[in-house]
Amino acid sequence: MSSGLIHWFRYASPPSFYPLAGRMTPWFAWLAAVSGAVGLWIAFFVAPTDAQQGESYRIIFVHVPASWMSMFLYLVMAGWSGLGLALNTRLSSMMAHAIAPTGAMFAFLSLWTGALWGRPTWGTYWVWDARLTSELVLFFLYLGYMALRAAIDDPRRGDRAAAVLALVGVINVPIIYFSVQWWNTLHQGASVSLTRAPSMAAAMLAGMLIMAFAFWMYSIAVSLVRVRAIILEREAHTEWAYQLKEAT
Amino acid sequence: MSAPSFRAAFAGIVRRDLRLAARRKSEPLFSLGFFVLVASLFPLGLGPEPELLRRVAPGVLWVAALLASMLSLGRMFVADFEDGTLEQLALAPVPLVVSVSGKVAAHWLVSELPLVLVSPLLALQYGLPADVIGLLMISLLIGTPALSLVGAIGAALTLGVRGGGALVALLVLPLYVPTLIFGAGAVDARLAGLSSAANLSLLGACLILATVFAPLAAAAGIRIALE
Amino acid sequence: MTWGSAAEFFAMGGYGFYVWGSFLATVVCIAAEMLILRARRQSALERIRAERLRYEAAA
Repeated sequence: MSSGLIHWFRYASPPSFYPLAGRMTPWFAWLAAVSGAVGLWIAFFVAPTDAQQGESYRIIFVHVPASWMSMFLYLVMAGWSGLGLALNTRLSSMMAHAIAPTGAMFAFLSLWTGALWGRPTWGTYWVWDARLTSELVLFFLYLGYMALRAAIDDPRRGDRAAAVLALVGVINVPIIYFSVQWWNTLHQGASVSLTRAPSMAAAMLAGMLIMAFAFWMYSIAVSLVRVRAIILEREAHTEWAYQLKEAT
Repeated sequence: MSAPSFRAAFAGIVRRDLRLAARRKSEPLFSLGFFVLVASLFPLGLGPEPELLRRVAPGVLWVAALLASMLSLGRMFVADFEDGTLEQLALAPVPLVVSVSGKVAAHWLVSELPLVLVSPLLALQYGLPADVIGLLMISLLIGTPALSLVGAIGAALTLGVRGGGALVALLVLPLYVPTLIFGAGAVDARLAGLSSAANLSLLGACLILATVFAPLAAAAGIRIALE
Repeated sequence: MTWGSAAEFFAMGGYGFYVWGSFLATVVCIAAEMLILRARRQSALERIRAERLRYEAAA
């Protein structure tokens, strides 16, 4: 076993990870702030007006990155859940648990901004297109995960049950996505699609990617802060917690 | 004593559960009653216009079956969990996956097969033509086992957990979406005069996937609940 | 992209409600998340303090 491998497993214990997470957070927070500022500047001052949608298309600079993040975070959450089940490490499950609320927040934001984009573009606040409908189901998957975790008192049982649910969910996400696409094309009446975004000028694409990066950095920073709070909650009875500087 | 073969163990569990259900004859009637009730509520809400009802019938009847199926999930494992039988099954030489599959099969026979059999009567209330009614039954016949299997995952994960039916519903409804789309879609297609082969195939695929993966997840959930 | 005036910028070609509604919702969600997290951390630390006092009192 190389010393590199031992090095990593040392951080698998919550008390060791706690200070590391604390040191990592500011980096990601700054990356998020800077890239967010750049992204917003591009969104409002570089990207040109769209020929068909006017200024309303600028919503994609938050709508699309939020959708991407909500899906990506679910994958990451399922990954940590799987790791926790396979290696039986508490910290992996805590990480999954820390990511969920942020993922749910982005799913909600995707729905909200999607509705606000739909109104000027298609005339109604809600459009049953494939992307939005899948996003809605993803939002419920997040809520289910958080509800199950909250309903189980025993932390270890809660970790494992929620992990199984996350893995079942992640297998189902492509199936659900496909079935909703199918459903949408079947019922040709409402064949509108929010995914038919304006043909991408380079500035638009750049802005979207930078905003997505900003959201990603933000998610990491917030998840690190949240996992620290979870560690504090779960280790409240230990010597380690009593010795913490912040707790004096 | 050597461990019984998987098929014998499976059949044994199914028989046992059926015998237990026979003693409590009222239980399957709850799902059935709920199914009929929900299907009767929609016309009251939508209005009696035959054209509209015929148009919405596939979706409404499928949703009603789905909800009735979900309601019955509370009975799948709870009784055995509380009296220790589930623990015995987990410790038995027969893999828990086999026992779980047996329980799900028995549950389907008791709680969902009646829905399939009663669906023609409800379909008549909605004015569906005969060939569409036949297709509705086929779609429910293929789809309701998938619902039972996927529902078993939710039932297993929430054993002994407070939050009751609403929690199971929240966990399981997103997973039901593909089955609902393909099942109702098949009937819709036939109603519109198109071929329902594609939808039925996809529905069958959902069933196969559920048969392969759901017992594994449900068994994992039961083990977690038993610790 | 040049805006004629601040008023034009806020109007967003008539779509101001939708565009600003979206960006504001983003800001509000992010701010709320951060505030809730801070409260969660504070209450966790409070609990640890209380536990420690109880532990030291019993010792």
